[in-house]
Amino acid sequence: MSPELGHFALALAVAIAAAQAVLPLAGAHHRDARLMAAAPALAIGQLLALATSFGCLVWSAVIDDFSVFDVAENSSTNEPLIYKITGTWGNHEGSILLWCLILACCGAAVAAFGRNLPSALRARVIGVLGLVSAGFLLYALTVSNPFLRVWPPPLDGRNINPLLQDPGLAMHPPVLYAGYVGFAIPFAFAVAALIEGRVDAAWGRWVRPWALGAWCLLTSGIALGSWWAYYELGWGGFWFWDPVENASLLPWLTGTALLHSAIVVEKRDALKTWTVLLAIGTFSLSLCGTFMVRSGLLNSVHAFASDPTRGVFILVLLALVIGGSLLLFGLRAPQLAPSGVFAPISREGALVLNNVLLCSVAAVVFTGTLYPPFAALVFGATLSVGPPYFHLTVVPLLVPLFLAMSVGPVLPWKRADLLPGVLRLWWAAALAALVGIAAEAGLRNAFAAAGFAAATWLIVGAFAELTERVRLFRIPLAATWGRATAQPLAVWGAAIAHAGMGVTVAGIAGMALSASTIVSMHPGQAISFGGYDWALTGIHSQPGSNYTARVADLLVTRNGKQVALFHPSRRNFAREQQTISDTAIQTNLVRDLYTVMGDERDGQVVLRLHVNILAPWIWLGALIMAIGGALSLADRRLRVGAPARRRALLPVRVSSWTR
Amino acid sequence: MDALTRRRMLMLAPLGLAAAAGGGFWGLLMRMQQGTYDPHTLPSMLVGKKLPSFSLPGQPPSSGFSSTDITAGGRPALVNFFASWCIPCIQEAPTLAQLREQQVPIWGIAYKDTIPATAGFLQQNGDPYVRVARDQGGQVAIDFGVYGVPETYLVDKDGVVRLRWAGGLSDDIVRDTLLPMLKSLA
Repeated sequence: MSPELGHFALALAVAIAAAQAVLPLAGAHHRDARLMAAAPALAIGQLLALATSFGCLVWSAVIDDFSVFDVAENSSTNEPLIYKITGTWGNHEGSILLWCLILACCGAAVAAFGRNLPSALRARVIGVLGLVSAGFLLYALTVSNPFLRVWPPPLDGRNINPLLQDPGLAMHPPVLYAGYVGFAIPFAFAVAALIEGRVDAAWGRWVRPWALGAWCLLTSGIALGSWWAYYELGWGGFWFWDPVENASLLPWLTGTALLHSAIVVEKRDALKTWTVLLAIGTFSLSLCGTFMVRSGLLNSVHAFASDPTRGVFILVLLALVIGGSLLLFGLRAPQLAPSGVFAPISREGALVLNNVLLCSVAAVVFTGTLYPPFAALVFGATLSVGPPYFHLTVVPLLVPLFLAMSVGPVLPWKRADLLPGVLRLWWAAALAALVGIAAEAGLRNAFAAAGFAAATWLIVGAFAELTERVRLFRIPLAATWGRATAQPLAVWGAAIAHAGMGVTVAGIAGMALSASTIVSMHPGQAISFGGYDWALTGIHSQPGSNYTARVADLLVTRNGKQVALFHPSRRNFAREQQTISDTAIQTNLVRDLYTVMGDERDGQVVLRLHVNILAPWIWLGALIMAIGGALSLADRRLRVGAPARRRALLPVRVSSWTR
Repeated sequence: MDALTRRRMLMLAPLGLAAAAGGGFWGLLMRMQQGTYDPHTLPSMLVGKKLPSFSLPGQPPSSGFSSTDITAGGRPALVNFFASWCIPCIQEAPTLAQLREQQVPIWGIAYKDTIPATAGFLQQNGDPYVRVARDQGGQVAIDFGVYGVPETYLVDKDGVVRLRWAGGLSDDIVRDTLLPMLKSLA
C-alpha cells in the first residue's frame, strides 16, 4: 500500500513543482499579485507531497517490503533498523529522491522566511526553484523510480553495501546534499535577479544568509565524509583527491568565494556580475558533483551508485539548467550597471584577491579531476594525475590565500594603506615566525613547520581585527569585555571561521609528522613503537548482527601505565563475500592512536599501527568554520529577516503583560 | 568592436565554456554506451611498439632494473605501475599474487612514492614482483604514457608492448584477456 501512496505523492510533487515553476514566474512577468501570492503555498505543498513520498519509501524499508525493488536491493531482514532507514538513501534512486526533498525544503524555506523580500523577487526565486525541482522530480519519476515493484518478491533483500553500514556515513549524504542543494537558493536569486535585470546592495544582503547556510552545511558534509574515510576505510589518511571528494570540494571553493563577494555587493554595491556568475557556477558545480558520482564517468571507490544509462537524461537536465542560466547571464548581465572602480589596496581589494585565489584553486582541482577523461577523448593521449599533482599545484596557491586571509579583515573599506594594516598584524607575524622556527628546529620537518606557522598566522590573525575593536590591554579588561559582547555576531563569526581554517591547517601539518608501521604479531607478543608499547593479548571471533568478526585485543601502555585497550577487527559479511576492516582509534585531541587489523597467517596477525599527530584538529577546524558561519548567520537573521516580525509581535506581548 | 559588444562577448564566454564541456561529456557518454569508450582500455601509443628504454633505482631490499632486464628472461612479462596512495592497487593485489603463483614474471614500478610508504604497502598487500623499482619523478611513467595507477603492460619476449590495462586487474580480466594472450605469446 505505502509504495503506491509514495509513488502517487511523487507524481503529485511533479505536478505541483510544474505549477510552482509556471504560475509565479508568469505572475511576476505580468505583475499579477494573485499568481505571485500562489508561490509560497505551492512551494510548501511540493514539500508536503515529497515528504510523504520519502516517508513512504523509508516505511517500506522499515517493514521489509521486498516487493519494492529498491528495498530488495539495498536492505535485508537481519540489518539493524538504523541501516534499513539509511539504506534508503545509500543507493541511486533513494539518494535522488532525498536530493529532491532537500530542494523542496529550500523552496519552502524561501516561502517561510522570505516574507521581507519584494513579492516579485520572491515569486521569481520560488519559481526558479520550482523549475529545477520539476526537472529532477521528472527524472526521479520516469527513469529512476524508487517505487518500482518486483514480482514475486524475494524472501530477503540483498543487504546494503557493508562499507555503508556505519553511523558516520549514514549522516554524511543528508548533510552533504543539504550543502549541495542549499546553493540552489543563491542560484535562484541570481537567475531571478537576471530576469528582473536588477542587482543591488539589497540583493546582496538577501542572498548572503542563504549562501552562508548552504556553506555551513557543505563544510560539515565534507568534514563528515573525510572523517568517514579516515576511520572507515582504515587507510590512515583523511583526503585522497578522489574524484568524488573533489566534486564536493569544488562547490565549497566557489561557494566560499561567493560568500565573500556577496559582502562586497552588500557593502560597496560592486562586483555584481561576478557574484551572480559565482552563484550560478557554484550550483552548477554542485549539480555536476551529483552527476559525476551518478554516471560512473569517473571511476572511484565511491562507484557503487553508478549507472551510465541514466547519464543521458541527467546530462540533458544539466544542459538545460546550467546552459539556460548561463545563456540568461550572457544576455542580461551586460545590461547590469557596471560596478564602480575601487582601489586595489582596500577591504574589497582583498576580497577580490580572495576570490581570484579561491577560483584558481577550484580551476586547478577541476582540471586535475576532469583532465584524464578529457585528454583521452580529445587527444587519445594519457597522463597521470594523483595526489602529487594536487599537492604541487594547490599548495603554492594556498600560501598567498592564507596571507590574505589575515590581512584582508584589518584593511578598511574603499581606500587603505597596506602599511598600517600590516603593522597591526606584526605580532601575529612575529608569533607565526617564532612557531615556524621553533617547529623546524624541534621537528626537522619543513612542511610541518610551515604548516604550523601558517596555522598560527591564521588563528592569531583572525582575532587581530577583534582585538583592535575591543582595544585589548589598552583599556581596562572589564571595558574590553563590554566592547567584546557588543560586537556584532558577524564579526565574531568571521574571526572564528578564519581561525577554524587555521585549526584545520594545524591538523594537516600535524599529520605530516605522523608515524605508522606494519607489524606481524602473535598473541602474547609486544612491540615498542612511537613512544608506546603495544601488546597483542589475544585474537578471538565475535558474531555480529549480519557478519562475523575476528577481533584482535591490543593493550597499549606508556611507561607501564595503560593508555588504551584496542579491539580492531575484520568483519566478514558472508552474504556479500566482503571483508571490512573495522579500525580502533583512541584520541586525546593531541594525537590519535589508530589501529587496523590485517590478515591472519600461521597464528600471526598483521597489524597496522599509526600515531597520528593532531589528526582530530582537521575535522575540529571544519566544525569551527561551520560554527563561525552559523554565528554570522544568527547575526544576519537578527538584522535582516526577523526585525519586521519582532516588531509585529511586540505590542501583543506587551498588552498581555499589562492585562 | 565597441565596449558594449566586447562586454557582451565576455559575458557569453561562460556559456561557451560550459557548452564545450557539456559536448565533451556527451561524446564520452555516447561512446560509453556504444561500448567504444571504456576508461580501462584506453588506446595506448605504445601497443605494438618497443617498450621505452629506462633504468630505475630499486626499492630496498630489491635492486633496480632497466628495460633490458625485463626482456632478458626470454618470455613475456608484466610491468605494473602502482603506488601506496592508490586504493585500486590494494584491490588488485590478490590478483597479482595469483599471477605470481602461476609463474608470471611481474616487474613493479612504484610511482611517485616514498620508500617507507612503498615498503608498508608491499608488507601489507604482499610483494608479487620479480623486482620493485622506484619512479620517484614519474619520468618513466610519462614515457609509458601512464594515465593513472595502477596500470599494467604486457610485454612479449622481444620487448614489444602487447597490451595496456589502465586500472586495477581483476580475476575476470586475467582469465579472459591476460592469460590467453600470455599463452599465445609464450
